[in-house]
Amino acid sequence: MNVVTPVMRFAMGGLVAVTLAACSTDSTPAETSATPTQTSQAADAAHSETAAHAVTVTDAWVKTTEEGMTAAFGELVNSTDEAVVLVSASTPASGMVELHETSMDDAGGMSMSEKEGGFTIESGDSLVLEPGGNHIMLMDVTTPILAGDTVALTLTFEDGTTLDIEAAAKDFAGANEEYVEDEDSMDMDHSSDGSDDHSGHDH
Amino acid sequence: MTDSQPHSGAGTSRRRLLLGGAAAGVGMAAGVGADRLALAATSPAQPDPVTAEATPDTTGLNGAQTVPFHGRHQAGIATPIAAYAAYVALDLHDDVDRDGLRRLMRILTDDARRLSAGQAALADTEPELAEVTAGLTVTFGFGPGFVTRAGGPMPSWLAPLPAFEIDALDPAWSDGDLLMIVSADDQVTVAHAVRMLMKDSRSFTTPRWRQDGFRRAYGSEVSGTTMRNLFGQVDGTTNPEPGTADFDSVVWSDDGWLAGGTSLALRRIRMNLDTWDEVDPTGRSFSVGRRISDGAPLTGNKEGDLPDFDAKTPAGRTVISPVSHIARSRPEQPHEVIFRRGYNYDLPPDGDGVSESGLIFASFQADVTRQFLPIQQRLADADLLNTWTTPIGSAVFAIPPGCDEGGYIGQTLLG
Repeated sequence: MNVVTPVMRFAMGGLVAVTLAACSTDSTPAETSATPTQTSQAADAAHSETAAHAVTVTDAWVKTTEEGMTAAFGELVNSTDEAVVLVSASTPASGMVELHETSMDDAGGMSMSEKEGGFTIESGDSLVLEPGGNHIMLMDVTTPILAGDTVALTLTFEDGTTLDIEAAAKDFAGANEEYVEDEDSMDMDHSSDGSDDHSGHDH
Repeated sequence: MTDSQPHSGAGTSRRRLLLGGAAAGVGMAAGVGADRLALAATSPAQPDPVTAEATPDTTGLNGAQTVPFHGRHQAGIATPIAAYAAYVALDLHDDVDRDGLRRLMRILTDDARRLSAGQAALADTEPELAEVTAGLTVTFGFGPGFVTRAGGPMPSWLAPLPAFEIDALDPAWSDGDLLMIVSADDQVTVAHAVRMLMKDSRSFTTPRWRQDGFRRAYGSEVSGTTMRNLFGQVDGTTNPEPGTADFDSVVWSDDGWLAGGTSLALRRIRMNLDTWDEVDPTGRSFSVGRRISDGAPLTGNKEGDLPDFDAKTPAGRTVISPVSHIARSRPEQPHEVIFRRGYNYDLPPDGDGVSESGLIFASFQADVTRQFLPIQQRLADADLLNTWTTPIGSAVFAIPPGCDEGGYIGQTLLG
């Protein structure tokens, strides 16, 4: 799925190095915004390994919806001594759930696409899921998610461990997940110009 | 500044004492300190204002002050009164049931607890505006419609006040199902918090009215100074002191789901400054029963002196008129005591006058009928100040108790 939000504006600092995973054959987790540089990965590798601590999730919330698509957000902190990879999420609220990343397309707009391979979170790092950024996409909500509801989510990591969280449902005007398919965003140009002065285009 | 108030900040500020923990939390000198005005007067030569970077004074940035949200009582009642407050009343949509109320109050509580701590609310689209708390408090109140929708039980006093002859109530300033009182020493903080709470109320409620009030800005005078309303009158002298047993017995209910809570009688009182202008200081003081200049009773020398309602003039009349404001509002029974948190309002004039001003009169007490109503009835029957004042709005709310970190406001009713 390759999608575009109509208007997106947010700080681009953490996204300028993103490669479009959906179109890339050689992307590695280190190229995503979740793991900013190879340097930090190397530094982490020097850490001695100890018993793993829990990955914690804070500020989890989900945008209310009557039906169809919506998204869940929050911050995952990896306080274990090893990198973890969030590979999938599930919830009773939606039969289909995908992990989505957001990246800049050639036109300066933001493309959202399924994050193949999941999100890698290096030891000590955190993964911010937020409107306009990476998020957990609920693709098929059939029972309305009402403001103030609590939505149960199960996060599954690469090693098979799972983490159950609860997300508060909140009304939200942004994060409009009724995406329009935009063929222009399907091209294979992976470059980004590194500028930090982008605002979204209105498609 | 009045004669009865200290002119420098050399004394201990109640506000700073209460907020001392918060000040310490940001690494600043905690608790007791000289007033910042006095500090400014004695500080060395000021650096070039163009090149200087902003630095906190020794008491810390007031914007960093926080008031704890959690506790047995909601914040915003016994906590120090802030410079600005927004009273927002909402009406419930017809389809909101008890479960809906529970969802609503969970969300609003979560917003309030985060914002009070200087954290963005979940899904806060302007999280940067949450960083300055300036003593932010959010206080929730339930009108009769809310308690009915929740399935009760209804406090006996939770209903519109009886009609008074002096009233000229406008529904646009009266009643409501849910009240949110948002107060802080910074209007941007208030605006952001109100916006966040309103957004999260939108799918449950319709806005009914909003009343914005102000007092002296923080730092303009010594904290704890009795406010002056826009008549120039020292207003609120005999208030019970938070933290005392007297205050606790006046304000806090011990009744059922309201235990730890209280009630609010909110009156919007229009003050006709244009006709008040016609009254000289002697006449103004006579009407109040206190000197306008310093708030002292006409039988005393300073604000804190007890009025002598029996003292006579050489002509044989009482010095304090029996129909003066303080004569009519004093308790006739020991339980007729209320706790007031007043704010001024000042809007563009819409009639012939040049002012549309008044008082957002907020009275907290355990029992509206027993404590507030007798006073209000006496004032309605006779009070010289009625010449220039008109109640134009009125509402009564139950103020539920506070909650802990795992709970939500209203849980004692909805849980």
